[in-house]
Amino acid sequence: MNTNSNLYTFLYASILVIIVAAILAFTAVTLQPLQKKNIRVEKMQNILKSVGIDATVENAEELYSKNIKQDMIVNTSGEKTEGKGFDVNMKKEGKTALKIKAINIKLLKANKAEKKVLNTELTDLKSKLKLPVYVCEKEGKTFYIFPQRGKGLWGPIWGYISLEEDFNTINGAVFDHKGETPGLGAEIAQSWFSDPFKGKTIFEGDEFVSITAHKGGKDAAKLAGDLKHGVDAISGGTITSKGLEAMIKEDWFFNYGSYIKKNKK
Amino acid sequence: MQEYLDIFIKSIFIDNMVFAFFLGMCSYLAVSKTVNTAMGLGLAVIFVLGITVPVNYLLENYILKEGALGWLLGQEEASKIDLSFLSFIMFIAVIASMVQLVEMIVEKFTPSLYASLGIFLPLIAVNCAILGGALFMQEREYTNIGEATVFGLGSGIGWLLAIVGIAAIREKIRYSDVPAPLRGLGITFIATGLMGIAFMSFMGIKL
Amino acid sequence: MSKNSKLITGPINLNNPITVQVLGICSALAVTVKVEPAVVMSISVTFVLAFANVLISLMRNTIPSRIRIIVQLVIIAFLVIVVDQVLKAFAYDVSKQLSVFVGLIITNCILMGRLEAFALGNKPFDSFLDGIGNGAGYAIILIIVAVFREFFGSGSIWNFKIIPQSFYDAGFMDNGFVILPPMALIVVGIIIWIQRARTKELIEEN
Repeated sequence: MNTNSNLYTFLYASILVIIVAAILAFTAVTLQPLQKKNIRVEKMQNILKSVGIDATVENAEELYSKNIKQDMIVNTSGEKTEGKGFDVNMKKEGKTALKIKAINIKLLKANKAEKKVLNTELTDLKSKLKLPVYVCEKEGKTFYIFPQRGKGLWGPIWGYISLEEDFNTINGAVFDHKGETPGLGAEIAQSWFSDPFKGKTIFEGDEFVSITAHKGGKDAAKLAGDLKHGVDAISGGTITSKGLEAMIKEDWFFNYGSYIKKNKK
Repeated sequence: MQEYLDIFIKSIFIDNMVFAFFLGMCSYLAVSKTVNTAMGLGLAVIFVLGITVPVNYLLENYILKEGALGWLLGQEEASKIDLSFLSFIMFIAVIASMVQLVEMIVEKFTPSLYASLGIFLPLIAVNCAILGGALFMQEREYTNIGEATVFGLGSGIGWLLAIVGIAAIREKIRYSDVPAPLRGLGITFIATGLMGIAFMSFMGIKL
Repeated sequence: MSKNSKLITGPINLNNPITVQVLGICSALAVTVKVEPAVVMSISVTFVLAFANVLISLMRNTIPSRIRIIVQLVIIAFLVIVVDQVLKAFAYDVSKQLSVFVGLIITNCILMGRLEAFALGNKPFDSFLDGIGNGAGYAIILIIVAVFREFFGSGSIWNFKIIPQSFYDAGFMDNGFVILPPMALIVVGIIIWIQRARTKELIEEN
């Protein structure tokens, strides 16, 4: 058989593509419910972990319903709106948040006429942004959990930061990622990176400064004299560290500003 | 216009595929014996990157992304469909077909280059710089196809710069007294490491 | 038998994929900061390589040469994605470890290099052995580099602290430089140096 003829090549390619696409679509569709459940359980585990509760795959749902008392959505002016925070599509909201940031940057350079257009756009985007907040009651104390969403080197990064009742002190943080470099950027998911967030404060006076990741290896935050709002960045994982810092600042977390300031004690 | 220039300069020097991300190393190390072959491979990489990045951009934005099929099914229906699990296989298929095309062109017009590139010509398909280009494009969300093209070309030029640089060093190193077991590949690895350290100084520049 | 054992042992030293064939360097730089990802990556690559080799070898007489690159890559990407999807549904923890590597495995030139150079012209069983052998050769280099980098860069091996705290108290610091990718290149360069000093037939002319 002549394997080099045009007809054969075309047929071969088409058949291969059809078989591969069929098997892929089949696995994707049949396995989707199971995958979705796994993702849901993991989300619960992560939310619980940010307040220091270690849940297994089996007891995550139970612990979640026991500890998480409220699950709400707030807007950028800090008012509670309709809906459940758990069902918010973070991917979509993350994109809206990035658009808001881009407009804010443009506003700095814009002239008067441009500013007017940009401001309408900004108000529109801001009114659309849905910010989930989870309220956890554990051992008589209340914690407020704020999901995070940002960009790393290769894909999205996300996490959960829980604040104590004063809306200033961090009680715990967890971070995760889709595909950062193993051993470098991927280290954000490790406890050595997220544990030091505990006890840091996000306000300097009345200004919302969030947390800064300092470069320079071990004890970089200490050397920079920023123990109140600083943690160590990951050496070698520069872009992921920068992305994470942007996430807990202007890319995402600052949108909660009004809500947090309103409740701050 | 300024955005294009920013992306272009950035992708050549600051985000250099070889020295900042260490992508596309295999062919970089193996096909850098002489400046001529390095030039040939570099041009092939520019060509492939310059075409695949915009093509993958179109794929990403009009087929794969959530809600990207809006032009076909209407916004409402399209927002339910998310084909992004197919993005790897689609990107790689586009890249592979471009590389196959390049292979046929090179074989036809410059047989000597074809012979000296050997297995590393088809291996452009798995040159991580190319898939890396597609993934960076996806991640950085360029606003239009022009930016994506400029980014693809810039990355390719950065790669060419790197491979021609190391090839020139290797041509000169031949006259030095390198310990026998280190000759060839060994010293190339070490020289690349040193070049990488030098290129790190670009990372501080902000555009 | 001797031919078969050669297929396994050859790539470990004389025909090592990284230090002799110059394949799979990018991943060798990316995953060798710590030992754990290096081992996960080695196992995944060996697995995918062996099966992709067998598949392509079975199909070798039917593939039209003009589209062989596309066919090879589609098979690799297909294998990796299916495995990833199945793991995501049934072994979520393992898949979280692996999904990070999916992109790295697909673009690992060892895979296409071996498909192109071996599986396209050999029988399935030989190709299977070739896959295992090359995977092992790749693993050895990866693990040596990772041990070196994790020990000097983080003072630990497999996340287990080796350098005692008293050293740090006395002023010892982890070498942050070893964590950067250029250092991996230099370490591989030194491995090549040692290997070629011991096996003279690998020495190049210039």
